Amino acid sequence: MTLTPGPAPSRLDPESVPRRDVLGLLSLWSMASALVFAAVGMMRLPRAAVLPTPSKRFRVSLPETLPPGEAFVPAGRSVALFRDTEGVHAVSTVCTHLGCIVKPTAAGFECPCHGSRFAKNGDVTGGPAPAPLPWLEVTVNGGAVVVDESARVPAGTKVLV
Amino acid sequence: MSAHPDALRTFRDNLRQAPGRLAAAAFRSGPPTTDRSRSTFVFGNVFLHLHSVRTHRWSLRWATTAGLGIATVSAFLITLVTGVLLMFYYKPYPDAAYVSMKDIHFVVPTGRFIRNIHRWAANVMVLAVILHMARAFYTAAYRAPREFNWLIGMALLVVTLALSFTGYLLPWDQLAYWAITIGANIAQSPREVTDAVGVTEYFDPGGLQRLLLLGSDAVGEEALIRFYLLHVMLLPLAIGALMAVHFWRIRKDGGLAKPADADRRLDVPALDTYPVFTDAPQKTYHLAAIVKGRSPAVGHGPEHTVPSMPHLFYAELAVLMLTTLVCTALALVSDAPLKELANPLVPENPAKAPWYFLGLQELVAFSAFMGGIGIPSIVLIGLGLIPFLDRETEGTGEWFGGPGGWPLVRNALVVGFSSAVLIEAFIIRFGWLREWWPDIPQLVITAINPGTLLTAIYAVYSLWLVRRFNSTRAGALGLFTCFLCGFVVLTVVGTYFRGPNWHFYWSPADWPAH
Repeated sequence: MTLTPGPAPSRLDPESVPRRDVLGLLSLWSMASALVFAAVGMMRLPRAAVLPTPSKRFRVSLPETLPPGEAFVPAGRSVALFRDTEGVHAVSTVCTHLGCIVKPTAAGFECPCHGSRFAKNGDVTGGPAPAPLPWLEVTVNGGAVVVDESARVPAGTKVLV
Repeated sequence: MSAHPDALRTFRDNLRQAPGRLAAAAFRSGPPTTDRSRSTFVFGNVFLHLHSVRTHRWSLRWATTAGLGIATVSAFLITLVTGVLLMFYYKPYPDAAYVSMKDIHFVVPTGRFIRNIHRWAANVMVLAVILHMARAFYTAAYRAPREFNWLIGMALLVVTLALSFTGYLLPWDQLAYWAITIGANIAQSPREVTDAVGVTEYFDPGGLQRLLLLGSDAVGEEALIRFYLLHVMLLPLAIGALMAVHFWRIRKDGGLAKPADADRRLDVPALDTYPVFTDAPQKTYHLAAIVKGRSPAVGHGPEHTVPSMPHLFYAELAVLMLTTLVCTALALVSDAPLKELANPLVPENPAKAPWYFLGLQELVAFSAFMGGIGIPSIVLIGLGLIPFLDRETEGTGEWFGGPGGWPLVRNALVVGFSSAVLIEAFIIRFGWLREWWPDIPQLVITAINPGTLLTAIYAVYSLWLVRRFNSTRAGALGLFTCFLCGFVVLTVVGTYFRGPNWHFYWSPADWPAH
C-alpha cells in the first residue's frame, strides 16, 4: 500500500481531532456531565418535601338553626357547611380558577376576583372557573363534626350527624 | 547620625506628590483634556469602554432612540439604589414585613419618599422597556446582525416584569397577598388542561411550578422568603448579566441601527464644534485577522462620528437626570399604596395587579391557562421569531421603515384597536360560551375564548399583510402594532372598567357599596 500525499492543509482549515485527544475530550465531557448532575441535584433543593402548612382538619359545631340550603362558614376557614335531611356536607370555598375565596350567595357562590359563579353543589354556572368546587371530607367524632380541608370526597357525599 | 539628609526631603516630596501620582496611576492616560486623551480615557476605563470611542451622529439624534434604552437603565439604577436603602429596614417575614413597611412609611426618615421613588422608578422602567422595544421594532433595529440582541432584549423585558411581580408581594398587605395568590395559581394553570385530559396524577407541571414558587401549598412565610430572594438577589443578578450582554452586543453588532445612507442624510457638522478627520483616509483600522466581513467604515473616514466623550456621555447623563427628575416628581405627588394587613380569608374585591399586568388579568378572566401562560407564550414566540422571519433590508434604521410604512401602521392601529374593543364589548354585553351552554367542556373554553379569538384575528390579519405587500416586514409591522393595541385596550379595560367581581362598570363611582 502506498500513501499518496493529499493537498497540504491550509492554516485556515479547521484542525482534525488527533487520536490522542480522546482522553482530553473524555475528561471535558465527564466534567460537563458532573456539572449537569450537580445542577439537577441543586434543583432538587427548592422543591420542598415537607410542606409547612398546619393540619387542615378542624372540629366545628354547627349552629342549632341552620336551614337546609344555607351555607355556614366557620370563622377562619375556607369551607361552607350545609345541613339538610340527608346529612351534613362541606364544599370548599377556594375558587378553582385562581384561588380567591368565593362568597356564599342566595344562588350558590360568587368569586370576587374574576366573577366565577357556582351552584350550591359546587358546579360551575358561569365565569372562567375550569372545575367545580370540590366537596371535602366530613366525619363525625363523638358527636362533633370534623372537616378535613385537604381531603376531597366525591360530590354528593353527605354524613348523618 | 544624619548620614542621609536627602532621604527625608525625598520622603516629603513624595508625600507631596502622592495625590497627583495616585490620580496618574488610576487614570493612566492623563487628564482627559484633548480629543485624543479623552478617547484613550474611554478606551482604557472598564466602566466606560462599553461605549465605543467615537459615536455616529445618527445615533445621537433625538429621533433615533428618544433615549429610551438609557431611560430604562437609569430607572433600573434608581430602583437599585432605593432598593438597597429599603433593605436597611425591611424584614421578610409575614406580619413583620407589613409592620416594617409601616415603619418605612411613617417613622423612617425619608422612608416614604424613598419607597415612593422605588415604586415609581419600577413603573417608569416597565413603561420605558416597552417603549424601547417598540422603538427597536419600528426602526427595524432587530434585523441581522442584531437578531440575538433582540432576543436578549425580550429576556430583559421578562426579567423586568418578574422583578416587578416579586416586589409586589413584599409589603404583605391585602393587595400583595391576593395578587401573589392569583399569580401562583396562574403558574399552576396548566392543570386546567391536564385536569381536562385527566393526566394530572402522572404529569403535573402546573403543580410543580406553583410548589417551586411558593415552597408550600399556600402563600405564606415560605413564599415570602422565596419572593424576597428572587427580588433582591437572583433576578437582579440575572438582569445585570443580561444587561451586560445587551450593551456589549450593541457595540459588537455595529452600534445602533441606521439607514445605509445615514451619512448623506445628516447635515455637515459645524466645523468648529468637533474636530473630525477632514481628509478621508482610504483605509480603515480593524483587527483584520479576526473581524469578519467589511468594516462599517470602508472607503471613508469617520467624518460623521464624534468623540463619545463628551457628546454621548452628555446625552446619557441628560436622560439619567430627566428620569430621576420624573421619578422624584411622581414620588412627591403620589404615595405608593399600602393596604390593610394580608388576610388569607377575605380577598380584595376587586383584586387588581399592577397596571402592566391588568391586560393579562383581563385575559385570565377568560381562561386561566390561555390568558396566563398560553397567549403570553405565543406572543413571546411570535416576537422572538420576527427577526428570523424578516430578512429584508429595506427601511432599516428608519421609523416605520419597510413596505407599507406609516400608512400600514395607521391601518393596523385601526384594526388592532377596533377588534380588541369589539371583542371586549361583545363579551361584556353577551357573555361567553359558558353563559349560553353551561355544560360545555372546559377544553373548548380553553381553546376558544375572547383572548385566543383576538390572537387569531391578529395573526390572520398579519398573514394577509404579508401577502398583500409581499413582505414579511409588512406582516411584522401589522402584528406588532396589533399586539400593542391589544395590550393597551386590555390594560385600560382592566384598569378603569372592571369593578367588584370583575364586572364591567363605566366608572368606580358606580361600584356597589359593600
